[in-house]
Amino acid sequence: MGELQVEKHVKYILAVEKRKDNFESVVMEHLRLNGAYWGLTTLDILGKLDAVDQDEVISWVMQCQHEDGGFGGNIGHDPHMLYTLSAIQVLALFDKLHVLDVDKVSSYIAGLQNEDGSFPGDMWGEVDTRFSYIAICSLALLRQLNKIDVGKAVKYIVSCKNVDGGFGCTPGAESHAGQIFCCVGALAITGSLHHVDKDLLGWWLCERQVKSGGLNGRPEKLPDVCYSWWVLSSLIMIDRVHWIDKEKLAKFILDCQDTEKGGISDRPDDAVDVFHTYFGVAGLSLLEYSGLKPIDPAYALPVSVVNKVILPCRP
Amino acid sequence: MHGRPRKAPTLEEQEAFSVKASKLRSLQSQFLQFHHAKIYTKEALDVSAKLLESNPEYYTAWNYRKLAVQHNLNLPEVENNEETVKSILDEELRLVENALRRNFKSYGAWHHRKWVLSKGHSSTDKELLLLGKFQKADSRNFHAWNYRRFVTTLKNIPNEKELEYTTDMIYDNFSNYSAWHNRSVLLSHLLKEKAKGYSPKDNVFTEEYEFVRHALFTDPDDQSGWFYHLWLLDQTVKLETLLVSSWPPHGCNLSLSTDGSFGDCSLSPFTSLQTNTRTLPLILYFSEAVENICSSTVVIECENIASNELVWRSLSGDGAGSAQAWLTYLNFPEEHAHSEKAYQVKVSLAHSRGIFSSTGVHHGDSSHIEFSVSVPPHRSEHVDLNNEGKISWSDESFCTHDTQFLESALINLFHLERTKIDETVVDYQWNITTINNEISHYRELLSTMNCKIGKLTLARLLIAHDTLMSYTGTSHRNVSHHAEVLQLYDDLKKMDPAHLHYYQDEYSIVLLKQTISNQELLLKHCRKYRDPSSPRINNFCLRLNNLSLSRIGSMEQLLWVQVLDLSHNQLKTLEGLEVMQLLSCLNVSYNKLCSFTALEPLKLLRSLKVLDISYNEIGAHSIDTRRYLCSSPLNHRSGGDWKTEESEIHCVEVADNWEAYAIFKDLNLIQLDLKGNAVSDEKIQSLLIKLLPSLKWLDGESCR
Ligand SMILES: [Zn+2]
Repeated sequence: MGELQVEKHVKYILAVEKRKDNFESVVMEHLRLNGAYWGLTTLDILGKLDAVDQDEVISWVMQCQHEDGGFGGNIGHDPHMLYTLSAIQVLALFDKLHVLDVDKVSSYIAGLQNEDGSFPGDMWGEVDTRFSYIAICSLALLRQLNKIDVGKAVKYIVSCKNVDGGFGCTPGAESHAGQIFCCVGALAITGSLHHVDKDLLGWWLCERQVKSGGLNGRPEKLPDVCYSWWVLSSLIMIDRVHWIDKEKLAKFILDCQDTEKGGISDRPDDAVDVFHTYFGVAGLSLLEYSGLKPIDPAYALPVSVVNKVILPCRP
Repeated sequence: MHGRPRKAPTLEEQEAFSVKASKLRSLQSQFLQFHHAKIYTKEALDVSAKLLESNPEYYTAWNYRKLAVQHNLNLPEVENNEETVKSILDEELRLVENALRRNFKSYGAWHHRKWVLSKGHSSTDKELLLLGKFQKADSRNFHAWNYRRFVTTLKNIPNEKELEYTTDMIYDNFSNYSAWHNRSVLLSHLLKEKAKGYSPKDNVFTEEYEFVRHALFTDPDDQSGWFYHLWLLDQTVKLETLLVSSWPPHGCNLSLSTDGSFGDCSLSPFTSLQTNTRTLPLILYFSEAVENICSSTVVIECENIASNELVWRSLSGDGAGSAQAWLTYLNFPEEHAHSEKAYQVKVSLAHSRGIFSSTGVHHGDSSHIEFSVSVPPHRSEHVDLNNEGKISWSDESFCTHDTQFLESALINLFHLERTKIDETVVDYQWNITTINNEISHYRELLSTMNCKIGKLTLARLLIAHDTLMSYTGTSHRNVSHHAEVLQLYDDLKKMDPAHLHYYQDEYSIVLLKQTISNQELLLKHCRKYRDPSSPRINNFCLRLNNLSLSRIGSMEQLLWVQVLDLSHNQLKTLEGLEVMQLLSCLNVSYNKLCSFTALEPLKLLRSLKVLDISYNEIGAHSIDTRRYLCSSPLNHRSGGDWKTEESEIHCVEVADNWEAYAIFKDLNLIQLDLKGNAVSDEKIQSLLIKLLPSLKWLDGESCR
């Protein structure tokens, strides 16, 4: 098993951040703010966040904000919850949440809550538990959870629970590891994990590990590095992570590295991207791989960042 | 981002990419100009369509299309012209179809289609046809399945018909988990509505068992049917919410001893409680988590106790309003009489219709428990139970009890456990027959093939069988399947080592159940604490050390325990201990506790005085798996709001050791052993001494 190629991954991420002309970055243009979050969080876990120009990033992030308080995926793109959370997370990484008009951003998010407690992604009404997570995570980071009806938000998430213990994007929708992370994460942040049947869900999640050691996102699907995050973080939040073989998973992730040019892919020998590089490194952090900063399984930010933002008594 | 091979592109490919990139970039910038200028002409619409057809993920363009539709529908020449309206919307549907052909996992495209259909002008006739195409191409696409549920609701297609669709899909391919999932959703609805042909559920389930067995036996390695079978099993066993045990137990005659001495040494831990006050904890333990246990759902009849003033709290490690165990305190008034006074207590769940459980099945009507409590006469001198020496957990400190005494105490216990609490008659015949039938099928499967799911399912079926038998009251410990189940889990550990700890956890629970439900086995674990001069410790100790337990269970049988030794096991969690309200001394040294947050369940134990957590792994891990299961500001739970201003503890100290702060601020220990953990250093010791004002012994040294 190879080692984690820290230097190469750092170089890879810095290069992607800069490139704006190739096909890949054009296709990804609309979610550049997500990309920034993935890249920067990875750098922070690797202990290399200082390699980027903070001021440049923050000024660009703030240009993605709209009058209503929400953020678009890039300058000129419509506001959406997906990018609003990324903006908040990026600012938290730099300990710069104070540059935000907290009231405005939190009002944008809180204003989207539906009568039944659910959240749409934006004004166009696509309801999904992903957005419940985003609303709860964002508002918790801004210390504004009291702006929404948390009870109703939790009730809606619970209504998306399935008989296999997992969660779907709307009531009746199939369980999926990504969706499970969102729901379990939202329940964790709101102190509502008692709604999770930990043994049932834990078994479903630990059975995501396939022979190669990698994790898939649903039964009878292929393994993929991004599930190292979705499945692993969920297992950690419900204290069942010991039910998988952690060493084998670490090996699978390391096998997905591009040891020449840096970056991590979905499966061994596939093309790398920032998304999977982040999930691979974050997964290794959750596996307590040596030399990496620990990441928080619910807020998806380094533990040190979360503790600083959420715990009282800043020194 | 998925499934693209990692090879350097050829020169030709590079060129092609670069042409595509510049084309896409120019489309994007044209589009953004139109969007920002709010231009909705045909030319502008064409640009957005082209953009979406080549990149359906470009979400702002879908928003733009919606704005354009709204704009165009409001034009005076369109407003009342149904045909034009329809054609505008049809154009959107066509665009979605093209976009989905490019990427049928595009959230934006599927949502756009829903948005258009919700306007109510378009025909929904084609939708199932379109879906048929997509679901054939990828039968697991969850967007398509979600959309299917949307369309069937819109078209009022009955659940029965959709259930047939899942049958077809499953017969087509047993491995279609999405179809199994949808089947569970539809069937749940049909059962809940008691639809014609779906009530009672017995016949339906008999068929479902057969159906899923067919799938499992065809390819036991395919996971798709696994979870469906487990659901069926769960539905077969979870029938109603029962009150399974209580403390004090039904029928017992309890003596409170308020002066700290046991006096009569024949008092067993099951019938005597030593307490400094005239307060008695009352614990109700249910077969599953219930909500709304309160003075209006539980009535207590006892002279001098006002039932409606009692406050009930849930005993849940998660601190929720839903729990398996509930606690209240009974206060017996100060008597000036010179003799002992006995109180009769009757606890009824008479108005139990107000009690909710996750299965939604309400508790039977007539359950009640009765016991008596003898309260000694008032004594003026106050005995300080805390002013005592250190407790030693070494083997020499314990000896075996006189067998006769133990047997009589335990017989009492087992007798109480057997008392039928709930008098509602539920017919379990179908359930038992079904489980027995399944058991023989899986035994047969295993006789021809050694497969993991076969063994695991058989283990679960055997446990389910024992559970059902215990509910019927005809249970017999002698015919329980514990040994066979333990053997199955042992096999599984070897067969599937990646999930070793899952099987070990299950194994532990069964092992404990076996030990506790068998009188002879339990006797072997009962010890007497030697030092009779130490009234602080009830001399009756349960020693479950050195059993390789990775998890604890059967808590409903252990409500009476006051001194517990769980040392030298593999415990990572103490979940479950929160119900042991009488526990005063606990030894969990030499286990695998990874953080202070793992001690959260102990916060609910008011009487805990002695705690040994030495030689664990506290502080040795960078990732804390109990972080969100412990009340703290991180999860915004009550009890997580910390007020450090008034204390002498500096807030930096709290921030640095918040886990210790979160736990120990709510404990009231006299003796604590912490050594042998990564975290134990002087800083933490000084914090603990501040947090625990009553602490006298820390790591064996006097600390005052
Ligand atoms: Zn992936």
